[in-house]
This record gives sequence, C-alpha cells and structure tokens, in this order.
Amino acid sequence: MSTDTSSGSAEETPSRAELAARVDELEEQLAAVSADSDDDDGKKMSIIATKGTLDMAYPPLILASTAAAFGYEVTVFHTFWGLDILHEERSRDLQLSSVGNPNMPVPNVVGALPGMDRVTTKLMEKRIDDNETATIEELIETSLEMGVEFQACQMTIELMDYDEADFYDGVTTGVGAATAIQDMADADIQLLI
Amino acid sequence: MSSKYDITETLDVKGASCPMPVVKTKSAIDDLAAGEVLEVLATDSGSMSDIAGWADGTAGVELLSQEEGDGVYRHYVRKAE
Repeated sequence: MSTDTSSGSAEETPSRAELAARVDELEEQLAAVSADSDDDDGKKMSIIATKGTLDMAYPPLILASTAAAFGYEVTVFHTFWGLDILHEERSRDLQLSSVGNPNMPVPNVVGALPGMDRVTTKLMEKRIDDNETATIEELIETSLEMGVEFQACQMTIELMDYDEADFYDGVTTGVGAATAIQDMADADIQLLI
Repeated sequence: MSSKYDITETLDVKGASCPMPVVKTKSAIDDLAAGEVLEVLATDSGSMSDIAGWADGTAGVELLSQEEGDGVYRHYVRKAE
C-alpha cells in the first residue's frame, strides 16, 4: 500500500486502510465515552441531615422521597442529631422547641419553662394529624420503598451510644464522611440540612 | 367529565399533603403498562403545580390534563409508550 506513487509521497498522505483503521479506533473511543456517560445519566441527589427536631426532620425526608419520584438516586447521610430521624424509637418522639424560634406563638421566657417543649411538640403533632401531613415514620417507610438510601454516620452512632439494631430496617450503617463526600461528588444536587 | 380518557387506574390521595400526591403517583404509574392512563384525585392545591412539575421532569410520563372542581384536583397521567 505504501508503494502507491499516485500522490506526493513527501506529504505522507494516509492510505485508505490507515484512515479506515483510524475511523475504527475513533468509533471505539466514542462508544466507550457514550457508555460512560450513559452510566452517569441517572440523576443523583445527596443530602446531609444534621438536625433532629420535629420541624427539621421533614425537609430531608420530603425532598428525598420527591427526588426519588423524579427518578433520582438519593442518599441521605444522617449525622449528629439527624441520626435520631433514623432511630426507630426516637424518631417517633422528635421534639419541637419554641426557644430560639421567634415565629412560634410562645415567648422565649415562657418557652424555656420546664415541660414547654412537650407542649409545643404536642400542638405541632396535632396540627400534623389534623392536616393529614405524613408522619416522620411514614416518610421514612415511603422513602425506603422508593429506593432512597439512608445512611447512619458510624462515628455519631458510637458517640451517641446507639446500637445498629436501633435503626429502621434498610438503613445503612458503617459509613463515614468519606462515603458522604463521594456521594456529594457524584451528585447533581447536594444539600446540607 | 373524566370519560374523555380510557382510565386504567384511579389513585385517590384526597386528604394527603405534600409530598404524598407526587410520591404515590410515581408508585402508581410504575405499576401501569405503557400507554395506560392514571387518574389521580387530590385535595392538596399544591398538587396542581407539583404533579405538573413532576411529569415535566420525569422521563416516560405524559401529563394529559389537570382539572379542578368541587374541591378535588384531577390529574390524568399517561405512561409513555
């Protein structure tokens, strides 16, 4: 093939066979690139849940279940007080405090009295019930059914002296900050709540 | 009024509030075959915007229409072929 003298040899024009080989090579690379981007095509959301009051338990669960409905692959990494949301017993008894929250109809001095958190929590629970707002437990069960991955930070489990068996079935334990970072790096949406 | 579509399944989420209308709609549509139509009955006024947004951002579903009447919001969603 290289003995062909029909074109100027000084230009080193590639032969038909060389071009065909090059095209094959590029097509292979293109296929590999599209296969990679197909893998990445699934949308991902990563939430870090750090709060464990009744009001702050809702946003991560509502967003997680809704994103799952949109087809997102969702992970929620629960750390510090956020761990209580996944704790089967404690999640049913999350509290709401009016102290430090000027939007609550209770002055801080009154809210700070013994037993007042119990009262504000009961009022909120009644409103949740009256409005047929989903309970925390319902949102967790629904999210799990929809494939949301709930992760319980191992360091906080030990810090709080919780047992891995205390959490809802399906909760991932034995994970740390590196797992969360990896999820955030891969995600299209990252939220700290 | 709903006879304009050939409804395969009706999902009643009356009373339920955000995020349940969307979440349950998604689960119900998963159980349908391509081309089938889901009717969703809700009382949550937010479901008008939420289900429209969900259908827009979700592959494989088509929002046929949304109606409001007698305090009930009706959504018709078809699973795409």
